[in-house]
Amino acid sequence: MSNAPHEEGWVKKYLWSTDHKIIGFQYLFTGMAMALLGGFFAYAFRMQLGFPGKSVPGYGLVSPNEYNALVTNHGTIMIFWFAMPVLIAAFGNFLIPLMIGCDDMVFPRLNRLSYQIFLLSAVILIASFFVPGGAFGGAWTAYPPLSAKHQYSLTPAGATFWLLAVALEFVAFLMGGINFVTTVMNSRAPGMKWHQIPVVIWMIVVASIVFMASVGPLVAGAVMLLFDQQFGTGFYDPVRGGDPILWQHLFWFFGHPEVYVVLLPAVGIVIDVIAVFARKKVFAYKTVLYTAFATGILSFFVWAHHQFVAGIDPRMANVFTATTVLISVPIAEMIFVTIATLYGGSIRLTTPMLWALAFVAEFLIGGVTGIYLGSSGSDIYFHDTYFVLAHFHYTFVPIAVIGSFAGVTYWFPKMFGKMLDEKLGKLHFWATIIPFNFIFIPLFITGAAGDHRRIHDYSRFPDLARADLQNLRAIATVATVAMLVAQVIFFYNFFKSMKSGKRAGNNPWNANTLEWSAASPPPHGNFEVLPTVYRGPYEYSAPGRESDFWPQDEPPDGETEPAQEAAE
Amino acid sequence: MIEWLVPQASSYAASIDNLITLITVLVGFWFLVAQGVFFYFIFKYRERPGQKAQYITGEKKEEKKWISRPHNAVLVCDIVLIAMAIKVWVEVKQTMPPADAKVNVISQQWAWSFEHPGPDGKLGTEDDIRTGDELHVEVGKTYHFNLVSRDVLHSFSIPVFRLKQDAVPGRIIQGWFKPTKTGSFDIQCAEICGVGHGLMPGRIIIESPAAHAAWVAEQSQKKLASAKAP
Repeated sequence: MSNAPHEEGWVKKYLWSTDHKIIGFQYLFTGMAMALLGGFFAYAFRMQLGFPGKSVPGYGLVSPNEYNALVTNHGTIMIFWFAMPVLIAAFGNFLIPLMIGCDDMVFPRLNRLSYQIFLLSAVILIASFFVPGGAFGGAWTAYPPLSAKHQYSLTPAGATFWLLAVALEFVAFLMGGINFVTTVMNSRAPGMKWHQIPVVIWMIVVASIVFMASVGPLVAGAVMLLFDQQFGTGFYDPVRGGDPILWQHLFWFFGHPEVYVVLLPAVGIVIDVIAVFARKKVFAYKTVLYTAFATGILSFFVWAHHQFVAGIDPRMANVFTATTVLISVPIAEMIFVTIATLYGGSIRLTTPMLWALAFVAEFLIGGVTGIYLGSSGSDIYFHDTYFVLAHFHYTFVPIAVIGSFAGVTYWFPKMFGKMLDEKLGKLHFWATIIPFNFIFIPLFITGAAGDHRRIHDYSRFPDLARADLQNLRAIATVATVAMLVAQVIFFYNFFKSMKSGKRAGNNPWNANTLEWSAASPPPHGNFEVLPTVYRGPYEYSAPGRESDFWPQDEPPDGETEPAQEAAE
Repeated sequence: MIEWLVPQASSYAASIDNLITLITVLVGFWFLVAQGVFFYFIFKYRERPGQKAQYITGEKKEEKKWISRPHNAVLVCDIVLIAMAIKVWVEVKQTMPPADAKVNVISQQWAWSFEHPGPDGKLGTEDDIRTGDELHVEVGKTYHFNLVSRDVLHSFSIPVFRLKQDAVPGRIIQGWFKPTKTGSFDIQCAEICGVGHGLMPGRIIIESPAAHAAWVAEQSQKKLASAKAP
C-alpha cells in the first residue's frame, strides 16, 4: 500500500472493510438476496404441489429430481444462508459494538474473513445447481446412505458441493461467534454491568455459544460424510461396519440447538422493540436471561426427538420426550414475560412494533404445535408429515422473517439515517402476515390427513389424491405467491427510503440504548466520545421524570459530565 | 381428532388419536389464554394522549407471581403430557403382544415388497407368498413385521394404523400391528429416499378371515402353477 489519501475507495470501503457495520450490511444484503433465492425455490415447488404437472411460469416443468433439489436447497438456504446471516451475523455485527458502546469488534480482520468465507460458501451452494447431475436433493438433513453414495443420490458433484458449502458456512459462523462473545466480554462501555446489557445482545451471545458448542460434532460428521462420498470410506455404510444413524445423532445434536440459535436473537429483537414501543421496562429482565440460559442448556438434550421412529432404542424416546416437552417451560416463560411487558404500557403500533407483536402471536402457534411432535406417542403419526412442516414454519417464519423485519424496520433509521415509510411499512406487514397464515394453516390440515413430506406428486396415493386435500394444497400455493409478491413493497420502501426518506436524527424512537446516542448513520468508530453507562437499557416511563425515556449514557440528574469524570 | 380425517384401522390408532386430542385440549387452553391476554393488553394499553406507561420492574415478589404461577401450571401440564405420551409410546413401540402371524417388509429404491406366510401359516418356509407393493393381512390378527432396507433409509408408514417406522440398511427392525377394520389403504414411504421417493406407494389390503384365506389359496395355486411350468 502506498501513502494513499485517507479517502477510501469504494472497494475498500464496502467490500474489503473491517468496519463492523459494513460487515453487518454485507451479511444483511447477502442474506436478503439468498432469501429471495430460497423464496423463488419455494414458489417453484409449491406451484408443482398446488398445480401438479403444469409448467411453472418463470421456471418450467418441475421434474422429480429438480423437486428434491428445490426443497433441499430451500431449507438449507433459509436456515444457513438467510436466518443465520441476518439474525446473528447482520444484527450481531451491526448492533454489538453500537449497543455496548465501543468502536468495533475486537477481531475486525477475523470478522472480514468470516464474511468472505460465508460469501464463498454461498457461491459454492449456488454453483451446485450447475454441476453435472444437478444440485443435491437428499433433504437439508442429508441422511446417509442416500447422501453418502452417488448411486443412491444420483448427484455425484451436487452432494459434495452442498456439503462443502454447509461446512464452510459453519467455519464462517464459528469465527463470527468467537468475535461476538469476546467483544461483549471485553469491550463494554465503562459502567455497563452484566444486567445492563440489552436483551438482544445477551441473546446473540447465548446463541453464539450454543452454536459453537454444538457445531463441532457436525463438522466432524460432515468430514466423514465427505470421505464416504468422495473416497469410498464406510463411516455410514452398514455393510462395512458403519452406521447411518450416527449421522442423524451428529446432525441433530447440532440441528436442534440450531433452532434456538436463531430463535434467541429474534426473541431479543422482539423484546427490545416491545419495550421501546410499549414505553415499558422489560418485565423481570433477569428472568428473561435465565430462560435464555435454560433454553440454551436444555437444547443440548432434546435432539433425538427427531429420531423417535428412526430405529433408535425405543426406550431412549422416553428420555427425549421428557426433555423436549420440558423445554416448553422456559420458552413459555419468555412469552409470558413479553406479554407481561405490555401490561400497563402506552403501546404505539409502529411498523416495527407490529412485527414484534406478530412474532408473539404467530410463534405461539409454532410453539404449541411442537408439543404434538415432542410427545413420542403422537409423533409416531405426525413424524415426516406436513404437520411437522407447518409447525416448524410457524417457528422459523416468525423467527427469520418476522423477527428480521422487526429488527430491520426498527434499526433502519440508525443503519441508513433515514426513516422508512410507515404507510408502506404497514401495508407490507399485512400483505405478508395474512398470506403467511393462509400458507401454513391448510398445511397443518393436509399433514394431519396424512400428507407425507418431500413428495413431488400425490396422485399415486389414492387416500391423498382427494379433491379436498388438493384444494388445500392449492390455497397454500396461492398464498405463497401472494406472500412473495408482497415483498416487492418491502424492497421498494427499503431502497426508496434509503435514498429519499425523511431524515431520522440520532434517536427517532426515543429509545434508551447506546446505539441511539451515536449519529445516524454512525461514522467509522461509531461514537464521537465513547459513552459511559449509568443505568439499565429499559428505564422507560421512570417515575418522577418528565420524559418517558432515560438513555443509558445520560448522566444522572444533578450531575454534570466533569463531576462524573472527577469522581473517576 | 385425526379420526375425522383418516379412519382408524389398528388396535392402537385410538390410543394415539386420544393422546392427540388430550394435547389439543391442554395446549389449546394455554394458546387461547395467552392470545386472549395478549390481544387484550394491546387494546387496553394502547397509547392515549397524556397518559404515561407504568413503571413495573417485574422483580418484586408480588409481581413475579404473574410469571411463576403460570410457569408452575405449564410444568404440571407438561408432566401430564409426558406421562401420557410415554404410556402410548410403550403400548405401540415398546411392547410386542404375541403374534398370530408374521410378515416381512422389504424396502428398496423405489418399491416395497412383502413376504406373507403361505397356507402353512408360517413365515420363512417354501410356501411363502411374495408380493410387490401390496400387503395382505387378516383383520383381528396380531402381526409382527420384520422391516429391512436394501439400500437407503425408507420409512414404513401406514396412516390408518398410525404406524411409522424407519427402515435402516443393515438392520432388521421389528414391530407389530393389529388391523381392526377391513378395506384397502395407502402405505407410504415417509423418509426421503431419492428421486423416486414419491413413486413408491404401496397398499395394505385388510381382509376378513374368509377373504384372506381365499387370497392365500389363490396365491399358492398361482405359485404352484408357475413352479410347474417348464
